[in-house]
Amino acid sequence: MAAASFTAAKFLAPVAARSGGDKAPSFPAAAAASMRPLRRRPAPRLSSVLAVSSDVLAGNKAAPAAAAHPAVTREEALELYEDMVLGRNFEDMCAQMYYRGKMFGFVHLYNGQEAVSTGFIKLLNQPDCVVSTYRDHVHALSKGVPARSVMAELFGKATGCCRGQGGSMHMFSEPHNLLGGFAFIGEGIPVATGAAFAAKYRHEVLKQSGPDGLDVTLAFFGDGTCNNGQFFECLNMAQLWKLPIVFVVENNLWAIGMSHLRATSDPEIWKKGPAFGMPGVHVDGMDVLKVREVAKEAIDRARRGEGPTLVECETYRFRGHSLADPDELRRPDEKSHYAARDPITSLKKYIIEQNLASEAELKSIEKKIDDVVEEAVEFADASPLPPRSQLLENVFADPKGFGIGPDGKYRCEDPKFTQGTAQV
Amino acid sequence: MFEALREAMIEEMTLDPTVCMIGEDVGDYGGSYKVSKGLAEMFGDLRVLDTPIAENSFTGMGVGAAMKGLRPVVEGMNMGFLLLAYNQISNNCGMLHYTSGGQFKIPIVIRGPGGVGRQLGAEHSQRLESYFQSIPGLQMVACSTPYNAKGLLKAAIRSENPVVVFEHVLLYNLKEKIPDEEYICCLEEAEMVRPGSQVTILTYSRMRYHVMQAAKTLVNKGYDPEVIDIRSLKPFDLHTIGKSIKKTHRVLVVEECMRTGGIGASLRSAIIDNFWDDLDAPPTCLSSQDVPTPYAATLEDATVVQPAQIVAAVEQICQ
Repeated sequence: MAAASFTAAKFLAPVAARSGGDKAPSFPAAAAASMRPLRRRPAPRLSSVLAVSSDVLAGNKAAPAAAAHPAVTREEALELYEDMVLGRNFEDMCAQMYYRGKMFGFVHLYNGQEAVSTGFIKLLNQPDCVVSTYRDHVHALSKGVPARSVMAELFGKATGCCRGQGGSMHMFSEPHNLLGGFAFIGEGIPVATGAAFAAKYRHEVLKQSGPDGLDVTLAFFGDGTCNNGQFFECLNMAQLWKLPIVFVVENNLWAIGMSHLRATSDPEIWKKGPAFGMPGVHVDGMDVLKVREVAKEAIDRARRGEGPTLVECETYRFRGHSLADPDELRRPDEKSHYAARDPITSLKKYIIEQNLASEAELKSIEKKIDDVVEEAVEFADASPLPPRSQLLENVFADPKGFGIGPDGKYRCEDPKFTQGTAQV
Repeated sequence: MFEALREAMIEEMTLDPTVCMIGEDVGDYGGSYKVSKGLAEMFGDLRVLDTPIAENSFTGMGVGAAMKGLRPVVEGMNMGFLLLAYNQISNNCGMLHYTSGGQFKIPIVIRGPGGVGRQLGAEHSQRLESYFQSIPGLQMVACSTPYNAKGLLKAAIRSENPVVVFEHVLLYNLKEKIPDEEYICCLEEAEMVRPGSQVTILTYSRMRYHVMQAAKTLVNKGYDPEVIDIRSLKPFDLHTIGKSIKKTHRVLVVEECMRTGGIGASLRSAIIDNFWDDLDAPPTCLSSQDVPTPYAATLEDATVVQPAQIVAAVEQICQ
C-alpha cells in the first residue's frame, strides 16, 4: 500500500545505510565461538545469512559515528536523564534487596535497556497504554507508577501497586494505564492488541475522541518472543484493522541462555513488519535520542489512525536474565562492548557537550533519585504484609461468582467468608 | 435455541454500546450456527468482528479490550478450538483481576458449542468444561433450553466476571416459546426440571434430555426422580442441590464429560463434603467413556450416557 511504503522507506533507508545496502554482513567465526565449549551440539554454521545488524556481530567495534542527533530541549534532556537514572538505580536497589532477602522469586532486571523504556514511554500521555513482560519494573516507573508502589509490590506488601498479589512479573496500574506485567512471553501482546482495539472502538463506535487522536498502546517484548505465534497473529490483526499500537522489540540478543541467532531463522526482526504490511524499523536501542525519534514517528502514526509499526531496538541487558541466572554464556567482549554504550553515560556526555546542563545539575538529579529510591525502600519496609483476609478479595470482580452455599445465601454475604478457604 | 441466543445478543448490544462480538465468521457469515445472523448489518463490522484464525490472540485481544472498558463476547466456532486459547483463558481471563490487585475487570463472555455431536469426530466433540473448571476467577454456565440460553447469555454479558457459556452442538435447533418481556437467568442458580421425592438426578446441557427420557421410563416403572439441571458448572448451586439431597437421600450425576476429572468428579466431591450425612447411598456418577470420540455411529453412541443406562443406575441406587 502506498502509505505504508512511503513511511517504510523513510524508516528503512537509514537501516540499509547502516548495513551497507545490499551487501550482507557475513556471520563472523568469532561469534560462533561464543558457544560454550562443553556444549554437545556444534555451533551453527551460518555462512551467508544476513546477521542481525548489530555492531558486535558485524565486527564493528566502535559505535556508529554519532549521526546528527535530533534537537532536544534542556527540559526534555533532563527529563530523559532523570527517568533513565531512576530506572537504573531502582534496579540496582532491587538486586541489593533480593540478596538481603527482601524480595523473592524471579526478578528480571532492566539495567542497560533504559533508553528503550525512557525513549518511548516519556512520549506518552496518561490515556495511552503500556503492556510489558516480566521485565517490567522500569516500564512501570517510566509510565509514572511511583517507585514506592513498585518497591512495595516487590516486597510483597499490601501497599504495592497490586496489593502484593502480582509481584515482580505482574506490575499493573489502572491510573497509569499499565496493563501488566506478564510471565509467559507473548501473552501480553494480544492484551495490548485488545487495548488498541478498544481505543479504535472508542473512537469509531462510541464516538469518544481524544483531542490528539487515538489513544496509543505500546507493547514491549523481547527477541525470543518474536519466534512465538502470538507475535505473528497480533502483527496480522493489528495491521488488518489499523490498530493504534506500536510493537517494540527489545532485542537484547539473548533469551535466557538462547542466543537470538541460534533461535531465529532470519534474525532481522524489523523485516517481519513489512511481511505483514506495516513499517519495520531498526534502531540503536542504547541511544535514547535515536529511540525517541523513531518512537515519535511510530506513536504519531498510530495516533493518526495509520496503524501499527514494528520497532526493533538493539539493546543489551547488563545483568543476567534474572537474579537466578549465572550469566555464563555471554562473552566478556560482547558485554564490554555494550557497557561502553551505556545509555545513561552517553546521554550525560551529550548533555554536557551540548551545554544543556552542567555536571553539577546532573549530579543533583542523581542525588534526588538516590533519595527517591531510598525512600521507596523505607516505605516498602515499613508497609504491612497483606492480611489473611485479603486472600479471596479479588478473585472475582463480582464476588457472587463464589456461588450460593448450602444455606441458600451467596457465600460472599457471609462476613466470615474471606477468613475461610477458597474451596467452594 | 440459536435464535434465543441471537435475541440475547441483539438486546444486550442495543442496550449497551460497549458490548461487541469477536470470533471467526461471526460477521459476514452470520456465525457457523447462525447465532449472529444479521448482526454485522445491524451493528457494524467493528462491533461484530470477523477475526482471522487465531484463537489465542483474539481471545487475548478480548481480554485487553475488556480491561479497557469494552464487554466483548468471544465466540469459539467450536468450543474445542478454544484449547488454542488456553493460555489467555487461564492466565489472563481468570487471573488478571487478581494479580492486578483488583484494578482491572475482565467482563468478557466466552461462548461456543461443544459436546458430542453426530459423528463429528474426536476433535469436534470435546467437553472443555472439565478442562477449564480449575481456572480460578472464571464462572462457567451451560445452557440447555432456548429459555435458559437467552437468560444465561444476557446475565453473562452483564456480569463483571469472566463467564464461559457452554452451548451444545445438538441443541441449537430446539424450539420453545419464550417470554416477550425481558428476563435474565441467575448465573449461579440451578434449575428444577422435574420435582420428585425418591432420587436426585443432577445433569446439564444435552444430558438433560437423556435424563428426561429416562425419567419417563422410570415414572412408568413407578419411580419418582427429581431432575435438576445444574446450569452453573462453576460455582455449583449447593443450595438447590442440597435441598434436593436432604429430601431424597440419593443422588445420581449424569454428565457428558469424561469420567476422569469431569464436572461430575467435582460435583460428587462437593456433595460428599457438604451432604454426607444426608446420603443413604453412595453418590453415583454416569459419565462419558475416557475415549476420544469415535466417528462410527455405534461407537459414538456407546461413548456417551444413554437413557437405558440412566434407568438402570436409578434402579440400582433405589434398591
